Amino acid sequence: MEKIVNQKAWFLVLPVFAIVAFSAILPLMTVVNYSVQDTFGNNQFFWNGVGWFKELLDPSTDLGGRFFASLWRNLAFSAIILAIEVPLGIVVALAMPRHGWSVAACLVIMALPLLIPWNVVGTIWQIFGRPDIGLLGYTLNGLGINYNYVSNEFDAWATVVVMDVWHWTSLVALLCYAGLKSIPDAYYQAAQIDGASRWAVFKAIQLPKMHRVLLIAVLLRFMDSFMIYTEPFVVTGGGPGNSTTFISIELVKIALGQFDLGKAAALSIVYNLIIIIVCWVFYTVMTNAGAERRPTEGSV
Amino acid sequence: MDHFAWMAWTWPTATFFAALATTLATMTWLAVAYPETERVGVLRIPTTRGDRLFLSLILAAVIHLVWIAVVGTDPLLTLPIGEGVEVSSLWLATVLSLLSAAAIFRTV
Repeated sequence: MEKIVNQKAWFLVLPVFAIVAFSAILPLMTVVNYSVQDTFGNNQFFWNGVGWFKELLDPSTDLGGRFFASLWRNLAFSAIILAIEVPLGIVVALAMPRHGWSVAACLVIMALPLLIPWNVVGTIWQIFGRPDIGLLGYTLNGLGINYNYVSNEFDAWATVVVMDVWHWTSLVALLCYAGLKSIPDAYYQAAQIDGASRWAVFKAIQLPKMHRVLLIAVLLRFMDSFMIYTEPFVVTGGGPGNSTTFISIELVKIALGQFDLGKAAALSIVYNLIIIIVCWVFYTVMTNAGAERRPTEGSV
Repeated sequence: MDHFAWMAWTWPTATFFAALATTLATMTWLAVAYPETERVGVLRIPTTRGDRLFLSLILAAVIHLVWIAVVGTDPLLTLPIGEGVEVSSLWLATVLSLLSAAAIFRTV
């Protein structure tokens, strides 16, 4: 069946477009303008063509080296936290009660980390991990484990990863829980009659029902972790050395630390492009994953 | 004009955005004047003209960046205008982008 698409309603979006123009489009155009120029401040700009992009995409230069290093670092970070948070979120969601007063209690407790401002999360973990006064740092060192996130790269990474897991696993769990809640009890009863094992129930009933929300969870967590700034900045400041300098931290260093607006603008554009592409892929997969499994129109 | 000094406009970027705005306006007019149906192409996803434009633009950006990274921007030839205007090989990436856009609009 052919569906006529009427696009006229888009004109109703014009007021929003006008507001977004001021808050996003004009700044973004400015970033593009900066990316082809060099400045020494005082609104004096000098044409540089695609020079910054050449430097950015060449790992042998200072800018390119820093960009690729922070990009791989950031991708590794995203991969690690996804590998932990998604399975952990599913397990937590499965363990959450389905009926009774404990549901509300669970939901509130799970939502707590999500309500804490990011810089506060950073501050909490910054103090929590300190070897002299922090509960975590002091205890670990008391147990004989030499833990110091300020001087040891592995400890810094572990702290940032555990902090992110603490902060965001609830989101994955709550999304999965929402998916699980939409399964009617009849499915479980039928599985019970068939004598299905716990694993079979998970694989045949629960996982397919969580499919959509899991995609959303992965997308949200990937985007957030790929754009992470505040928490590692507060806890480690990108250190020790550059070991936890993720892309946005590097970007701020270049833009506001060195005031190299041209280089920072070129980096922003490439960074933005990566995010747009990943978003598009996820969005397309998400909107089409359900459509493929829908019964063909003849049978409806 | 002083109000826009902070935006650091240049002629090339202004031309770029003007072209982009013209394209978007044309596509908007097309969508209103000639409503279309979604179709499924080689990517096996339903796309409209807008989707295909989006894909073309993103691909164009990627092609240009990969070209800068892999091929570079050495001058291709010098046009005999004034003291000679050098044409960067990056324009080949632009040609490639236009070709890929045409392919996307036909097949995706």
